[in-house]
Amino acid sequence: MASKTKEILLDPLFDNNPIAGQVLGICSALAVTTQMNSSFVMAIALTVVTGFSGLSVSLIRNYIPANIRIIVQLTIIASLVIITDQILKAFVFDVSKQLSVFVGLIITNCIVMGRAEAFAMQRKPFESFIDGIGNGFGYSFFLILTGFVRELTGSGRIFGIQLLPLASEGGWYTPNGLMVLAPGAFFVIGLSIWALRTWKPQLKEEE
Amino acid sequence: MLRKFLDKQGKAFEKGGRFEKLYPLYEAIDTFLYTPGATSKKPSFVRDAVDLKRMMITVVVAMTPAILLGIYNAGYQANLAISPILPDVQALNALTNWQTTLFLMTGLGFDPTSVIACFVHGLMYYAPILIVTFAVGGFWEVLFAAVRKHEVNEGFFVTGMLIPMLVPATIPLWQVALATSFGIVIGKEVFGGVGYNILNPALTARAFLFFAYAPDISGNSVWVAVDGYSAATPLALAAEQGIDTLNGISHLWYNSFMGYIPGSLGETSVAACLIGAFILIVTGVASWRIMISVVAGAFAMSTLFNAVGSETNPMMAMPFEWHLVLGGFAFGTVFMATDPVTAPVSNTARIIYGFLIGVLVILVRTVNPAYPEGMMLSILLMNVFAPLIDYYVVKAHKKKRMARYVG
Repeated sequence: MASKTKEILLDPLFDNNPIAGQVLGICSALAVTTQMNSSFVMAIALTVVTGFSGLSVSLIRNYIPANIRIIVQLTIIASLVIITDQILKAFVFDVSKQLSVFVGLIITNCIVMGRAEAFAMQRKPFESFIDGIGNGFGYSFFLILTGFVRELTGSGRIFGIQLLPLASEGGWYTPNGLMVLAPGAFFVIGLSIWALRTWKPQLKEEE
Repeated sequence: MLRKFLDKQGKAFEKGGRFEKLYPLYEAIDTFLYTPGATSKKPSFVRDAVDLKRMMITVVVAMTPAILLGIYNAGYQANLAISPILPDVQALNALTNWQTTLFLMTGLGFDPTSVIACFVHGLMYYAPILIVTFAVGGFWEVLFAAVRKHEVNEGFFVTGMLIPMLVPATIPLWQVALATSFGIVIGKEVFGGVGYNILNPALTARAFLFFAYAPDISGNSVWVAVDGYSAATPLALAAEQGIDTLNGISHLWYNSFMGYIPGSLGETSVAACLIGAFILIVTGVASWRIMISVVAGAFAMSTLFNAVGSETNPMMAMPFEWHLVLGGFAFGTVFMATDPVTAPVSNTARIIYGFLIGVLVILVRTVNPAYPEGMMLSILLMNVFAPLIDYYVVKAHKKKRMARYVG
């Protein structure tokens, strides 16, 4: 892989992470991360949409009139989201029900719009596709991390499999109710941003 | 001699010494025992003996009656529950928690009328919680002090004393450790340490327990330190059955006032809180405006609810004097709402802040069906609003002065 492509792909993972660096896409990160299952499916859905919307927008970027470009981008993204939603409904109906409105809300996800507007409008199709996939991975990493911590501490399970036997069922683990509530995701994401910035001090804002 | 010992040990903790990283720990012990040698080098100078340390120690002194009574009451409630089953050896053997076992070894017996037996039994529960709080909290304090190169100060001492008072005696110790970590790290250190925190760290710790491990800090089976013994707090009783049930129990108001009712370790006694309030107000450590206005707010709101009335909600009819003595109202008013860091700083703002706490407590207690107590949540909520109230009070003040001078 060319070094530039590699940079576009890997930069959003830690150095310029959409969740931990730019703090975008937080609403869905709070809502779907109570379980690994839903976090995982949501992560894949968003990565696919971001990648292909970058590709499509970039392909027609020279024909989009500047003053209606947001509407054109939205139309492309909305079409992709509807396709994704239909596929999820067809193949993993249970998870799709859990994710409910949040798949539809990928349309308004700041990451997707942001990449289409800021990157795909200026770059070539392949680069835009890689950039979308990279940002999707950045989002996925923190989504799955948060989902992992929340499902494990909140209900002692991973992917619905009971790893820590619950005290109420004769085991030893007392689930942490806070982690199942939305604030639990705030704490996990906040702490991971703290950890990331300690690891990479260049992410801190100038004071 | 102690001074010499400290100075000698001090060398190892200074720059280049063996325990350089642990300097904050040494510094904390040193200034706890002696007045710090360092003085302000720049203006403004304050000619007053009240420094942060003196303030915090005054708060701890003011809390002492509530702590002692809380320890006694925890033992008293437990003995009261155990003594009727004493002849039944099997039932007694079924009490397997180690605090009970340890207390059996002292040979004092489960006599609810013996002050010593009650106090020692209560201590079996209070002391471990206190030790865990200080060990875990102290660990975080020293860690952050060492990494951020600041000093451990007495603010933690007050938080560490408060946390055990806010939890029921039966709380599992690992939960105390988790809650203390949460309160210190999320409630205080992420904002920059003592003086920068928005929320009261002790209440943050309790809120964590409340949302994370609700079955261990609410409901009816946790308030009396006897396995499997269920006793509702009078506040929960009032929410379920109405005020007539409370009136029907003899001396309940007096017992609630004195603190002989099931509840968290340090919060039951209004009398002890009044002694604490007296100390805090006389020494000028806590704001009397906040305390008075909390009570005023609660009075206004409960009177309003009494006037409105309700067929389905018995809490609507609960008169003010009952609100005053039940739950954590008095404790929160005296020790929590007045926390100088998280309360507003201007006097007008303090009155607004206190009044709204009072209103919110009664609102949560009466209208919320999920849990009977509202003190913790209303203080935390107003903590968040404190800077905003301050901001508008100062702005209004500026406007008034502008008008006076320009006109």
